[in-house]
Amino acid sequence: MKPRRQFAVGILILVFLASLMANQLAPVSYSHQFRESANAPPSHEFPLGTDDLGRDRLSRLLYGSRISLLLAPVAALIATALAALVGGTAGYLGGWWERVGMGFSDLFMSLPWLFLLLTFRAMLPLNVSPLASVIITFTLLGLLGWAAAARVVCAGARALRNSEFVLQARTHGCGDFRLLIWHVLPPLKPVLYAQFWISIPVFILSEANLGVLGLGVAEPLPSWGNLLRDLENYRAALTSPWLLAPLFLLVLVVACFQTVLPEEDLP
Amino acid sequence: MRRGFYLSVLFGLFISNSFAQQGGELRFCLRSEPKTFDPILVADDSSETIRYLTGGVLIRVNRLTQKLEPELAVSWKVLAGGRRIDFELREHIYFSDGTRFSAEDVAFTMNKLLDPALHSPTGDSFRSAPGPVKTEVYGTSRVSITFPAPVGGLEKLFDQVAILSSHSPQAEMAVLGPFYVAQKKPGSYVLLRRNPRYWKRDEKGRSLPYLDSIRLEIQQNRTTEALRLTRGEIHLISNLDPELFDVLSAESTTLVRDAGPSLEGEQMWFNQVLNSPVPGYKKGWFRSKTFRRAISESINREDICRVVHRGHARPAVGPVSPANQFWFNRTLQPRDFNPQDALQRLEREGFRREAGMLRDREGNPVEFSLITNSGNKPRERMAVMIQQDLSQLGIRLNIVTLDFSSLIDRITQTFDYEACLLGLVNVDLDPNAQMNIWLSSASNHQWNPSQKTPETNWEAEIDRLMRAQASETDAIKRKSYFDRVQEIVWEEEPFLYLINKNALSATSPNLRNVTPVVLRPQVCWNVERLSILPEISEIRP
Repeated sequence: MKPRRQFAVGILILVFLASLMANQLAPVSYSHQFRESANAPPSHEFPLGTDDLGRDRLSRLLYGSRISLLLAPVAALIATALAALVGGTAGYLGGWWERVGMGFSDLFMSLPWLFLLLTFRAMLPLNVSPLASVIITFTLLGLLGWAAAARVVCAGARALRNSEFVLQARTHGCGDFRLLIWHVLPPLKPVLYAQFWISIPVFILSEANLGVLGLGVAEPLPSWGNLLRDLENYRAALTSPWLLAPLFLLVLVVACFQTVLPEEDLP
Repeated sequence: MRRGFYLSVLFGLFISNSFAQQGGELRFCLRSEPKTFDPILVADDSSETIRYLTGGVLIRVNRLTQKLEPELAVSWKVLAGGRRIDFELREHIYFSDGTRFSAEDVAFTMNKLLDPALHSPTGDSFRSAPGPVKTEVYGTSRVSITFPAPVGGLEKLFDQVAILSSHSPQAEMAVLGPFYVAQKKPGSYVLLRRNPRYWKRDEKGRSLPYLDSIRLEIQQNRTTEALRLTRGEIHLISNLDPELFDVLSAESTTLVRDAGPSLEGEQMWFNQVLNSPVPGYKKGWFRSKTFRRAISESINREDICRVVHRGHARPAVGPVSPANQFWFNRTLQPRDFNPQDALQRLEREGFRREAGMLRDREGNPVEFSLITNSGNKPRERMAVMIQQDLSQLGIRLNIVTLDFSSLIDRITQTFDYEACLLGLVNVDLDPNAQMNIWLSSASNHQWNPSQKTPETNWEAEIDRLMRAQASETDAIKRKSYFDRVQEIVWEEEPFLYLINKNALSATSPNLRNVTPVVLRPQVCWNVERLSILPEISEIRP
């Protein structure tokens, strides 16, 4: 492994561990409002200062990292599984199936994501806990984010459709379902693996975008998305550089994810 | 050297004073595209701003003193117990296109305003009862308007009625106000030019307005708007957010102005609709005055003002802001923050705390959702503060932010919500404008709209008082009726009034004669007297 990748893996492990140990590392509760210390600069008591409601920024960053880093892979897994199912089936069966499958994915990609998410959120029951809401948000992201990956998987499956080992398996009486699961998808693993890793930062950024619109993770739970909302105030970002911590962490993690991927797997 | 500097400053001041009232283009932002330029059909903020800047009215509410002042009408008289109003009009007045203003134009405007086919929101305020409105014209300068039933605060309503020309080929684009719409580029800007036929003059006999034009740029993003002010690209911002107020204040304290409490408030209410899909036991809580009072007492309004609005707000008392000098009931005080008292009140109703969670008599955990619109950061912050305040009592509050159309659908159509947090803007000072909120049969009676008959005695009493004040012409009697309405609302708390926001604005140092007020349009209420000081750098020799 190249030193650059080793370094990226090290950073990712460090960030993951810090977020998993948020209970131990966070100085105070992420939701407690120290109203007398709202918008406080970094101090011994609040190492990254406090937000506009007086909540400790470091605690919120640690817990927010946990939510974004644990749930984004879940969303990526859902999206990759759907991409494998739709793209793999369409590419392997070809013909009418491929036209329908890819037409469906084209349709999905052309749909306005944001409005879809707004609509889904509006249809959800209101009395869900913040934790349930965050799980729903990421599940929705996963359910909506498979289309681009499906096209890549479809292209890979199409290439395998008439390969010799598939023809040989077919002549031995192997059914389509068994062929797809046992002979077509396994060689596509590197593609699926790459799609999975690429999707993680995409979903982290998607949640961040939703958070900026106030539609991400429900309060008082923190996430990178709602932490980034503090940067809406252009002057505060210049005069209070500690506000850039979540942005810095987001860029670092996304960059590390890109570095971790082997170059041959990158699309 | 120093003498030279003083001389150049004095020269600059002399030049600036000489040229301050000559021409220039005022630039500021509208937060959305105006939906219409027809003053009869105005229903949104941007169109209303344009109507204010272009429309000529018979009577104007002075935004500073909140008193009525004659404009196109020299005098007026309310007769027949508020059913009729007679106007004596100003003569030798011309529309922007040169057509002459006469009593016929007033009659034409009123007929158009009250045309049921047009559904004019401004016209709705005049509809006191079914039946035709009669307008009689006497010569060119006298007109009489008779309504089917008395209209409370009748003369004040004419502040919103921009007079249209009955003869002009330009129809509603011919105006009597200080500016006319000269150019519009959808999604980009609206350009208003000085009306050369505007009738007003200043104390020295000079024609008003001083400005040559106004460029209204469409800009939704408030941060960008603030940035543009600091760059000198625009001259003013009305209705500024407290956060941006502080940002601009840090740039220069002379940029920003806090005019005190505005007519805008924030309020929360519970869904009390009987056939809503809310569980029965929760309906029981929401319809209980004790429960509503306990929640109200558990919310720290002072903290909300201090933390969320950075001190630019004050705890609200009721439906009328203290900014409304005449109608505000001064005997009422904001609800005290008293969680202990609130808990005892709930315990007397059978609620009890178990393992940190409040439960009702049947053992149901006290948990409810609060919906609010997404994207409004101060409002979301308020919800989070309320969440922490209620958690002290063991109440779990789930905050749900929805896009505005979904939220409106829930509170007006499906009633599938438990509590809602929204803002309220009273654009009109008169309580008649609130009839659609207070009458139990009204569709905007948010906590329980469109009731066939009042479901509670206090709602029946509010109905009676609101109808009584609407048909009364004596202002003192009307005030006593509406004061009682405010007392009932304070006692019963169908709305939990939280805060009244201050009227915050920002103005360029180059803008002169600026006196921001709490009433809309805040900074440009005296637009005809605003002028722009040329940049010092421009006038240096």
